[in-house]
Amino acid sequence: MADGIVVRDLNAWFGNAHVLHGIGVTIAPKAVTAVIGPSGCGKSTFIRCLNRMHEVVPGARVTGSVRVEGLDVYAPGIDPVQVRRKIGMVFQKPNPFPTMSVFDNVVAGLRLGGVRERSVIDEAAERALRQAALWDEVKDQLGKSGVSLSGGQQQRVCIARALAVEPEVLLMDEPCSALDPIATAKIEELILELRSTLTIVIVTHNMQQAARVSESTGFFLLGELVEFDVTRQLFTNPRDKRTEDYITGRFG
Amino acid sequence: MAVVAAVPRVEAQAAPRNLGDQVLRLVLRAAALTLVLLVLAMVVSMVRASWPAMRAFGWRFLATSTWDPVAEQFGAIPFVYGTLLSSLLALLIAVPLGIGAAIYLAELAPAWIRPPIAFLVELVAAVPSVIYGLWGIFVLAPLLRVWVQPALGKTLGFLPLFQGPPYGVGMLAAGIILAIMVVPYITAVSREVLLAVPTSQREAALALGATRWETTRIAVLRYGRSGLVGAILLGLGRALGETMAVTMVIGNRPEVAVSLFAPGYTMASVVANEFAEATSDLYLAALIEIGLLLFVVTVIVNALARLLVWSVGGPVKAVRE
Amino acid sequence: MTPRARRGVNVLMSWLAALAAGLVVLPLLMIFAFLLWQGASAVNLDFFTHLPKPVGEVGGGMANAIVGTLMLLALAAVLGLPVGILGGLYLAESRDRRLPWLARFLADVLNGVPSIVIGIFAYSVIVLPMRRFSALAGAFALAVIMLPIVVRTSEELVRLVPASLREAALALGIPQWKVLLRVVLPTARAGIITGVMVAIARVAGETAPLLFTAFGNRFWHQGLDQPIAALPLQIFAYAIAPYDDWHRQAWAGALVLIGLVFVVSFAARLATSGRFTGVR
Ligand SMILES: Nc1ncnc2c1ncn2[C@@H]1O[C@H](COP(=O)(O)OP(=O)(O)OP(=O)(O)O)[C@@H](O)[C@H]1O
Ligand SMILES: [Mg+2]
Repeated sequence: MADGIVVRDLNAWFGNAHVLHGIGVTIAPKAVTAVIGPSGCGKSTFIRCLNRMHEVVPGARVTGSVRVEGLDVYAPGIDPVQVRRKIGMVFQKPNPFPTMSVFDNVVAGLRLGGVRERSVIDEAAERALRQAALWDEVKDQLGKSGVSLSGGQQQRVCIARALAVEPEVLLMDEPCSALDPIATAKIEELILELRSTLTIVIVTHNMQQAARVSESTGFFLLGELVEFDVTRQLFTNPRDKRTEDYITGRFG
Repeated sequence: MAVVAAVPRVEAQAAPRNLGDQVLRLVLRAAALTLVLLVLAMVVSMVRASWPAMRAFGWRFLATSTWDPVAEQFGAIPFVYGTLLSSLLALLIAVPLGIGAAIYLAELAPAWIRPPIAFLVELVAAVPSVIYGLWGIFVLAPLLRVWVQPALGKTLGFLPLFQGPPYGVGMLAAGIILAIMVVPYITAVSREVLLAVPTSQREAALALGATRWETTRIAVLRYGRSGLVGAILLGLGRALGETMAVTMVIGNRPEVAVSLFAPGYTMASVVANEFAEATSDLYLAALIEIGLLLFVVTVIVNALARLLVWSVGGPVKAVRE
Repeated sequence: MTPRARRGVNVLMSWLAALAAGLVVLPLLMIFAFLLWQGASAVNLDFFTHLPKPVGEVGGGMANAIVGTLMLLALAAVLGLPVGILGGLYLAESRDRRLPWLARFLADVLNGVPSIVIGIFAYSVIVLPMRRFSALAGAFALAVIMLPIVVRTSEELVRLVPASLREAALALGIPQWKVLLRVVLPTARAGIITGVMVAIARVAGETAPLLFTAFGNRFWHQGLDQPIAALPLQIFAYAIAPYDDWHRQAWAGALVLIGLVFVVSFAARLATSGRFTGVR
């Protein structure tokens, strides 16, 4: 069985706008893969196709196939809910649920997924918060509203929330773009720690970040995957002229 | 790494697969359908209940002015006349006040004074109709009888509008009380319309050296014109259907009189007064037909008003009333 | 026009507009003053605890009408709120083609229908088949009046819930229905409560639709299928009666009614100003 994420001939539309063109790529398991490219090139759309979040937008459409850790995501009869349980997602702007406390935010996925046992929930919360390097900072304010924390803390609550359901894959869409450098450094550290247990795909605008955290990188342009390679290779010795233009800042 | 042999082309749809989703979808749709069916049932039940009167009188119902329950002769003219006249009178007073107040609240007033006044206007709209009626009977009507009507009679008495004995209660009282009641609606909706005018319009005029008032006149009012007409129509819709306060001060006599001092009757108030004691089926049917007529008229006025208000602010936001 | 004249016009128009605003709120102050002057003396313990006295006897109260109004409001809320809130949720969330448009339009239409017409409707669908006036018919009429207000405010507030929250919840693998009921609706809750209170304040003073549905009752109610007293009905009946003592009671009733309406309106306002944290 193919592990990791295998994408074949993936196309995506918003209404009539064709925004992803025949993407094919194999993403290694238990590693960090970065997705880079100029604004509007389809990075977000691409990772949202991996956990079937793309179809949430009215009028959006997908064709092609995606396999995630052996699960055929777009096979008939597959419930998107089942896919998204397996795949956690962290968004650009921290989005904790404002009506819930920090604790309730972290365990929201478990609770709403039907887990009732107090001990299981408590354990999962602590584990996820520790993984997100937040436990020591918030263990005394678990009852506080999720929106009362700082931006960086909120984003780590969101990461903990995604980790609490023990996903096999974590998708991150520019998780640091709303954060200051210190908070960014924390999250990068976190990514490096998580990579031994999870398959991580991270979209970023920041090429240094991609270079720091990822093993492989994909470069998107105008809805196409121009180049996909080992990160060091891609940044030092790109095969495609367009990639080179982009990483040397000669683009646009 | 195994190769993916066959690549299936699958179109993903957003159709819910899960039972909970399907149930919730049904429940939500049922709630919306309930609303639709309710309005439908309203029309059907009223048409059915007024059918005897429609059959007995046909269009004559709208063209005759006898209202005689004993002889079972029913014509709606006095009520239509009373409704239109009292509403017209109300708008005559309420439109300048309402739009003036809206201009003040949206354009000219100092910022700190706007929220409290807007809140007071909301409260004016929140006072129950029956309390306006109570006030109308015991304060407004005596005031009119003792001071206003004699004075009007002396100065403008050559006009048929201001002739006849001063009763206090009557068309004039109804018009004034209606004006008081609809003016907060006109103010509130006009204010929303004015606030929806883009700032760039104002800045363009201010940059030309216009004063605040000139800016209001040439940029804001002109831009929001159709919305303001909508606001007035919303006020008209309220005035046409307002019941209790009018019933308490209009005098309740089914006559067509020119004088504003004379008692009159409106569609809403005849239903309010006579419905519970309508003994014969035909009588009841005639009253329900008046209700149906009122329904149709207010629906048309309101639909027009919404379209006009939407033309400025857009349809998504509900009109605050 | 000279600049001076233009400035003069500007000042004049500002004053005229201020005057208009003053005249709009003046009746409120007059009515309030009168209510206090005429009604305050009759608002005493008896008023809240006694039944109305027969004609000719001085004293008595409106206890039955106060309880009746509260019961009618509660029953109307039970009938109207679930449909209203779910309907609003539907309007905000559904991707159906025609029904949302139609329902939204009809909600606005219904909002403009005079309440007396809704009274006729309640009469023909509830009073006629049951062959008697009843609390149920009155509450039904009030519920129909509340419905469009609740539907439209709920819709507006559910729309205000940021899409990012929905996405966060969906991405956790939570089914759509749970996302709506457990994340979206609670986030919009404070605003919806405000909308509900505004709707209740609006129908609390309604008289016309109760005239031939709830009908009124000089005694305690005897069940939901029986006529029931209501404060606005009682005020109306006493206002048009020829007895001074009844007039005094009508003013007192009006004072209590307006107090009820204003308290609910104020509460609604507080609910929005305080609890909206987090939703932008
Ligand atoms: N909701 C939408 N409706 C219609 N078109 C959209 C929508 N979201 C994105 N698009 C379009 O799809 C294309 C890809 O968008 P996407 O958000 O995937 O880009 P991105 O690479 O993530 O950009 P950024 O770096 O700015 O986040 C863009 O051309 C965009 O205009
Ligand atoms: Mg993006």
